[in-house]
Amino acid sequence: MAKIKVNNLNLWYGSFQALKGVYANFAEKKITAIIGPSGCGKSTMLRVFNRMNDLIEGVRTSGEIIIDNLNVLGEETDLVALRKKVGIVFQRPNPFPLSVYENIVFGIRVHEQPRKKAELNGIVEESLKSVLLWDELKDKLKMPALHLSLEQKQRLCIARLIAVKPDVVLMDEPCSTLDPQATARIEELMRELRKNYTIIIVTHNMQQAARVSDDTGFMLLGELVEFGATHEIFTAPKDKRTEDYITGRYG
Amino acid sequence: MRNSRRSEKIAFFFLFLATLLIVVPVGLIIAIIIQKGLPAINWQFLSDMPRSGMRAGGILPAIVGTIYLVGGAILFALPIGLLAAIYLSEYSRDNLLTRMIKLAIVNLAGVPSVVYGLFGLALFVVFCKFGASILSGSLTLGIMILPLIITSSREALESVPDSFREVSLSLGASKWQTIRHIVLPNAVPGILTGTILGLGRAAGETAPILFTVAAFYLPQLPKSLFDQAMALPYHLYVISTQVPNVDEKIRYGTALVLLFLVLFMNLVAIIIRYHFRKKKKW
Repeated sequence: MAKIKVNNLNLWYGSFQALKGVYANFAEKKITAIIGPSGCGKSTMLRVFNRMNDLIEGVRTSGEIIIDNLNVLGEETDLVALRKKVGIVFQRPNPFPLSVYENIVFGIRVHEQPRKKAELNGIVEESLKSVLLWDELKDKLKMPALHLSLEQKQRLCIARLIAVKPDVVLMDEPCSTLDPQATARIEELMRELRKNYTIIIVTHNMQQAARVSDDTGFMLLGELVEFGATHEIFTAPKDKRTEDYITGRYG
Repeated sequence: MRNSRRSEKIAFFFLFLATLLIVVPVGLIIAIIIQKGLPAINWQFLSDMPRSGMRAGGILPAIVGTIYLVGGAILFALPIGLLAAIYLSEYSRDNLLTRMIKLAIVNLAGVPSVVYGLFGLALFVVFCKFGASILSGSLTLGIMILPLIITSSREALESVPDSFREVSLSLGASKWQTIRHIVLPNAVPGILTGTILGLGRAAGETAPILFTVAAFYLPQLPKSLFDQAMALPYHLYVISTQVPNVDEKIRYGTALVLLFLVLFMNLVAIIIRYHFRKKKKW
């Protein structure tokens, strides 16, 4: 079932067109990877789903992105509600300079009425458990998040996002600053999260896309060249450009 | 080879000497003032009214006056300066208006302090009819330190990494929540540092208070915002040049109190900045 439908999406930064007529359906509770060489528009594509591109001056879009029957590109879209529903994990782990605990409850604190301490504690435990950090950190919740290892920081960022209870998790090259072992463990986590979340991941690591994703889209110069089941894209690409890219002829 | 090493050594020596020369006047000023002023410092000097035409007694009204003036200046300048800094660093886009505002701040910082005094006289004392009063003096000092507070607050806000703002917004926080919960807390030490430096500057200036508040001789504590008041820098000027036969000890004692007040504020600013830098790790 399609969670997100993209219809004829175009995006311009000033006069530069970064996305050109993109059509795609992103399946619910699956992992979809977007691959392509640097500058192909894959990060732009990701950030358009929760309108993070709005922060850049001079961005214009046309077309539709329909998430749960609602076009999120509309003028009257409630950005706060959208970003609560569609969260993002950034390339560089970026916890706030607060404690582990405060990092996780930040999202809840800004969204909702004050909650009871016990309830907050429950959410912290649940979120940390879902990113497999609970056992490591349950006695160190007051520790500054900046003292964690890179991998722990990235897990914490994912936990911070999960605490807000999004439907869709966007990941912008979440492993590019991690070593191979940490990368493998984050990928394991992604498979775990797929049970509850729709995940879209941007990566320039093709092996990663092949390992974790159910569907894959290949982008080149702002166009979504090919989109389909991952095993088909990687074994029998229909487009010549996709084949050239995955066989390593450029990129 | 040996020659170049020797010339390097000579160059180093002169560079070191030039640097040392900066330390000497500072050290001398402090040493002389302490040496000549310390004998005057006792509880009576700090807690008593001036007597016998300021030739004896204490300097309490001047100390209290300076504290009131500095407090008033901060009460006025910090909120306005901080809000302006938030607007400039978080909300404003680069257009004619913001460029004009920035230019105005730079120019405000360059205005000589005596001009502020005259401006305060015209606007607050005469036009607003506040008279020569603590209110007029505080507002004048406040305007004088506004550029300092705006500039240091802006720098503090802008040094908070954009990634924090981005994450906060991506978690569904509004722009104001992001500023309130993420940007401001991380900028507080920088803002505080700038504020304290502003305090020190306001405490030490004579010209802006000359026409707006300072009383020549007023051996009582101010009772309201609309009273005149004595202030340390002006008092020092008065007993040094306007009143004959004031004991040197009293003059240097007054200078010492003023110097200590300003240096103490700067020290607090330095300590805050030091702690902040140690903690900052992003």
